[in-house]
Amino acid sequence: MSAPRTLFDKLWDSHVITTREDGESLLWVDRHFVHEGSHHAFRNLDARGEKLAEPGLTFGVADHYVPTRGRPAIPDDEIAGMVDRLSANAGKHGFRLFDIADPAQGIVHVVGPEQGLTLPGLLIVCGDSHTSTHGAFGAYAFGIGASEVAHVLMTQTLWQKKPKRMRITVAGRLGPHISAKDLALHVIRTIGADGARGAAVEYAGEAISALSMEGRLTLCNMSIEGGARCAMVAPDEVTFAWVRGRPYAPKGAALDFAIAAWRELTTDPGATFDREVALNAADIAPLVTWGVSPEDALAITAQAPDPAAEVDPARAKYLAEALNYMGLSPGQNLETVVVDRVFIGSCTNARIEDLRAAAGVLKGRKAKVPGLVSPGSTLVKKQAEVEGLDRIFIEAGLIWADSGCSMCVGMNGDLVSAGERCASTTNRNFRGRQGKDARTHLMSPAMVAAAAVTGRLTDVRKLG
Amino acid sequence: MDKFTTLSAPACPLGLENVDTDQLIPARFMSRPRSAGYGRFLLHDLRFDEAGTSKGFVLDTRYSTAKIMVARRNFGTGSSREAAVYALWDFGIRCVIAPSFGDIFASNAVKNGLLPATVTPEDAEALLQRLGEVDQPITVDLEAQTITSGNFQCGFVIDPVRRLQLLNGWDDLDLTRRHTDEIATFRAARLGAEPWVMPVTE
Repeated sequence: MSAPRTLFDKLWDSHVITTREDGESLLWVDRHFVHEGSHHAFRNLDARGEKLAEPGLTFGVADHYVPTRGRPAIPDDEIAGMVDRLSANAGKHGFRLFDIADPAQGIVHVVGPEQGLTLPGLLIVCGDSHTSTHGAFGAYAFGIGASEVAHVLMTQTLWQKKPKRMRITVAGRLGPHISAKDLALHVIRTIGADGARGAAVEYAGEAISALSMEGRLTLCNMSIEGGARCAMVAPDEVTFAWVRGRPYAPKGAALDFAIAAWRELTTDPGATFDREVALNAADIAPLVTWGVSPEDALAITAQAPDPAAEVDPARAKYLAEALNYMGLSPGQNLETVVVDRVFIGSCTNARIEDLRAAAGVLKGRKAKVPGLVSPGSTLVKKQAEVEGLDRIFIEAGLIWADSGCSMCVGMNGDLVSAGERCASTTNRNFRGRQGKDARTHLMSPAMVAAAAVTGRLTDVRKLG
Repeated sequence: MDKFTTLSAPACPLGLENVDTDQLIPARFMSRPRSAGYGRFLLHDLRFDEAGTSKGFVLDTRYSTAKIMVARRNFGTGSSREAAVYALWDFGIRCVIAPSFGDIFASNAVKNGLLPATVTPEDAEALLQRLGEVDQPITVDLEAQTITSGNFQCGFVIDPVRRLQLLNGWDDLDLTRRHTDEIATFRAARLGAEPWVMPVTE
């Protein structure tokens, strides 16, 4: 009888090719996603005169730079160059690309699960920190830098040191209008933006099992904002039901064989973690960020912090600078904060369930501020249109756009203006993230919709 | 890759925490080729106004020749953009000292020969205070894992594997090429035993 193992131990063990004396292991990569931003790595490949090792396991998605309106035209030459360069690399190296005109194009972390490319038990990498998203399927998925992208392109492998294992168990059930985004922000504000630094996080407990696939994807997506290397949820019937029938997923007997293997992907009784965190779902209110780090999250009913009440001078300075950047007064009631625009999109919160939640709040109402809705993928967009969600957004006064990373990172020109305040379903409220001197408040899709309706940060529970 | 052994150089105190990679290099510069030089993009929006005029930030005044940076917790948090390391490197920074680092940033740093040296929060504060008072070069010794500034000395932590990579200037690919046969064997075994790992072709 072998020693009990965690889910992560099992994923790790099944990908180790060899382990060096110094403890670094060479791991096999099952899926490698690339995007327009991978250009540095392809240049590295060309400079060495190397070939792509596994075109069949490499998938490209145009998402970071693609425009969300007026497609397929790309008026900006520099942006067009980025999109074209990815197409040229896909052609040259022979891998499947979901390009700007592809009916299945979207954000890489939405497209992977949607296409059945993301499966339990796989090791998945991409040159994007939010690759942790795919762990929602019980996969080992993490973001890598350009040097590592180049290494994977050339060898389909990566050197890694086994990370520490951390389990976050969430007991109970989330309350009405409380979403996976609130849960994710609650985790980050509890452990800190570096609280899970470098760790492999497994989420467990009743509140996690009760999450839909979309909710699990949101939670694993945001785990990087708590510093985690990767995050995961053990696969179950919810996972298997999602995978069934997806284009690139196994079918028929092959799927039965796979599901039998996937059922083993759970943490064994008695397996130990380096760190355990226990949380209660009942403690979680709708959260918003007030500052410039995702850890700066508070209940919507709370007040912005007061640096004068802080004993640590470095902390007081941090709070004062964050409040100043965000244009908030110390102790200001968060529900009085007036917003200039809203954004619903990104790999965090632009799946069909997210759009339904936002549309549920906006139905029959008007937005007081302008806003952009960019679905997570072209297929999500199509599904939303079948359900009539596009009409709800448009009738509320918001712009219904195409899919891409869009205003989460602003590379395609979808920017928040300097000094403007945006209620956003995205993942980062860093200084300048959505545009130079832009002010970002992170929250769930329903909370963004509520902010659109009232023109200020609003407790969605009060809108009914 | 360049080796890192010891470095004695001017150090810039950056008394900020959570210096994320969006601040280290704003996304709008990342489509530029590296050959253009990324040094000007480092902490761009702290350094330059809308017109591109210097705001007189410390990196452009008192510490324009810095090769070492000292910061507070969670330096390099955020996106996986290796361009954050390119910006530091092209500016001339070879070592960042902080109480903690973003995980992917630290990995990217080492792969480019830049040392992420983890110190205690107390030692980071002591260094920041010291640098604020006197301009004195800092000596970082990777072999001994020490940081010295005048009569102040402290240790720092780095993963032993990363330490060896920096000391030797090892390139991952050279190491991997020694395992080509093992990789081929592993691939055949994995695809044989778990055929579902291959994407179904259209």
